[in-house]
Amino acid sequence: MAPKAEFDSEDVAAIVEDLKGLEGPLLPILHAVQDRFGHVPDEAVRVIAHRLNLTRAEVYGVVSFYHDYHREPHGAHTLKVCRAEACQAAGGDAIADRIEKALGIKFGETTADGRVTLEAVYCLGLCATAPSAMLDDRLFGRLNAAKADRLTAEAQL
Amino acid sequence: MTTRIFIPLDSFAVANGADELCDELTHLAARRGLDIEIVRNGSRGMAWLEPLVEVETHQGRIGYGPIEPGEMEALLDAGLMNGGAHAKCIGDPEEHPFMKGQTRLTFKRCGVTDPLSLDDYEAHGGLIGLKRAIEMGGAGVVDEVTESGLRGRGGAGFPTGIKWKTVREAAGERKYIVANADEGDSGTFADRMIMEGDPFCLIEGMAIAAVATGATKGYIYLRSEYPVAIRVMREAIRRATAAGVLGVSMMGSAQAFDIEVRVGAGAYVCGEETSLLDSLEGKRGQVRFKPPLPAIKGLFGRPTVINNVISLASTPEILAKGAKFYKDFGMGRSRGTIPLQIAGNVRHGGLFEVAFGLTLGEIVEGIAGGTDTGKPIRAVQVGGPLGAYFPRALFDTPFDYEAFAEKNGLIGHAGIVIFDEDVDMKKQARFAFEFCAIESCGKCTPCRIGAVRGLETMDKVIGGENVSGNLELVEDLCNTMQFGSLCALGGFTPYPVMSAIRHFPEDFEGTPMRVAAE
Ligand SMILES: Cc1cc2nc3c(=O)[nH]c(=O)nc-3n(C[C@H](O)[C@H](O)[C@H](O)COP(=O)(O)O)c2cc1C
Ligand code: SF4
Ligand code: FES
Repeated sequence: MAPKAEFDSEDVAAIVEDLKGLEGPLLPILHAVQDRFGHVPDEAVRVIAHRLNLTRAEVYGVVSFYHDYHREPHGAHTLKVCRAEACQAAGGDAIADRIEKALGIKFGETTADGRVTLEAVYCLGLCATAPSAMLDDRLFGRLNAAKADRLTAEAQL
Repeated sequence: MTTRIFIPLDSFAVANGADELCDELTHLAARRGLDIEIVRNGSRGMAWLEPLVEVETHQGRIGYGPIEPGEMEALLDAGLMNGGAHAKCIGDPEEHPFMKGQTRLTFKRCGVTDPLSLDDYEAHGGLIGLKRAIEMGGAGVVDEVTESGLRGRGGAGFPTGIKWKTVREAAGERKYIVANADEGDSGTFADRMIMEGDPFCLIEGMAIAAVATGATKGYIYLRSEYPVAIRVMREAIRRATAAGVLGVSMMGSAQAFDIEVRVGAGAYVCGEETSLLDSLEGKRGQVRFKPPLPAIKGLFGRPTVINNVISLASTPEILAKGAKFYKDFGMGRSRGTIPLQIAGNVRHGGLFEVAFGLTLGEIVEGIAGGTDTGKPIRAVQVGGPLGAYFPRALFDTPFDYEAFAEKNGLIGHAGIVIFDEDVDMKKQARFAFEFCAIESCGKCTPCRIGAVRGLETMDKVIGGENVSGNLELVEDLCNTMQFGSLCALGGFTPYPVMSAIRHFPEDFEGTPMRVAAE
């Protein structure tokens, strides 16, 4: 995954100007900001609110509602492990435990070296080749102990 | 002569090494001087065989699967180029028993064609439905879809034709077609498969809906967990626009229609139609009170069709072959075909499109061949996280909206998740509350508070604390949630909880089951 850019409020302004002609531009703007900086910093919220004529509270409300957006930086990589029913049925809970142990963190946490953030996800649409996970934008199915170990090793690179 | 080799771009295949196989094949072909073309097709739905590599020979297509990264060289040595013998050869994929048992109407091209080739799409029956729709005009299209008996595949089963008629008759300068591609239910992947494997089919379905209603703008609200579908769908829209299928003059007609993909942001509740509309408008995805119906006041307050991806993608075939053709499949008030999605602990999992009416037992034991672990099936959850758990005793239930409702279940988006005898139903009941607590939009108290209380109470049950008293409390909570929630997230969470308690009382500490007796 491309390393995230240093925060720059000019960049945020440019993103807003580029997308504000869309109908309902806020989610596309937040996605673009997060893609670029890895998170949605408070300063970005200020710029977005100002340029869209919204209050900061309104924009915060949206940022906090959705699981995808976060206000603090995440690890260099994000590992999302599916915790939903089809993956549970296929032994996913044991895989999830193993991944937590290997990384030494719990779901929702980031490793101390800032390499990996571990998140739960509820279904990746891979339920017939479960258990499943996603490392940044890459998908992984049929996880077993060996594959899970390779995945955590790769996430820490 | 160039040999065409198919390696799916579908997420099932990609998650299990398809991109690596493409790299291997490209390298090997260069080294050996082979004249090949790699086609990234969709998946045929035999997920346990993915990546399923196919070669086009004089005798037709020959498939091999599942091929794992590192196996390409041996496959070429075995004579892949001519469909040579190999331990993983399955012969002609279309002759496979899993495929032979299906009636593929909506998914007829999926896995067969190049998903991004509009020529291929037309060569396999694409755009006939849309052309016919434009000739018939909107009122005719509404009648045809109504007559076909098509009901929404997103879960609620509302007749699609009637929804379209309401939007058609609603006054408004600007109307919208919104495809609900939020597909959050565990055990489901039909929307994803059609968007990755035959994206023009969804585009055509949306265009037909536009003809029916006079809408000029379409949105596909696509969940962020589907990176492949997002990429393929956007490229297909670009190509359809370049070819004039979409744009100021849709298929050369007097109507303008274009489509945009909007990516969700990881909220299950945004699959609920009104919450989805708020999300598209750039707000928190909270459920709206109804009325007004989205058909009258939908996106930005304008008349809006909001349909599940599969509902929309079913209409090109209905328009091409006629309402009667479609309606002749199915049972009772469930007409046509349904793409079953069989998942979890399963031997032959994947997508199986068939007329309504197979029994649950025929599906999970016959078609799917039971569990992957080889242990007996104990429970089957049908319809996603808000669907009931079915025990073996109910395996004679036919796959039909009304038959499932009668057994206190639902077919939802037709996801079927199989569990073997190691499942602990207490944990499943607990998870239903946990999921509801995580995903609640927070608008109404029974759901917001009830889910958290339910989770705490189930923890006590699991801990063995005053089991019968706490199970009574769970039942009370379920009652409150079922009747006091604004939408089905809070309203249907009782289905998995109560079905687990009723049908699997032995897992709940063998307490005298007041609730189980009913
Ligand atoms: C919590 C919740 C989640 C839902 N998720 C989806 C979904 O992911 N996809 C979908 O098509 N419908 C979903 N629905 C159903 C929609 O509200 C709506 O009924 C459907 O999009 C209508 O389209 P249809 O008539 O074609 O089925 C959900 C409903 C609820 C209450
Ligand atoms: S039932 Fe839950 S998700 Fe649905 S509107 Fe109420 S709080 Fe929101
Ligand atoms: S439940 Fe894990 S991928 Fe669907």
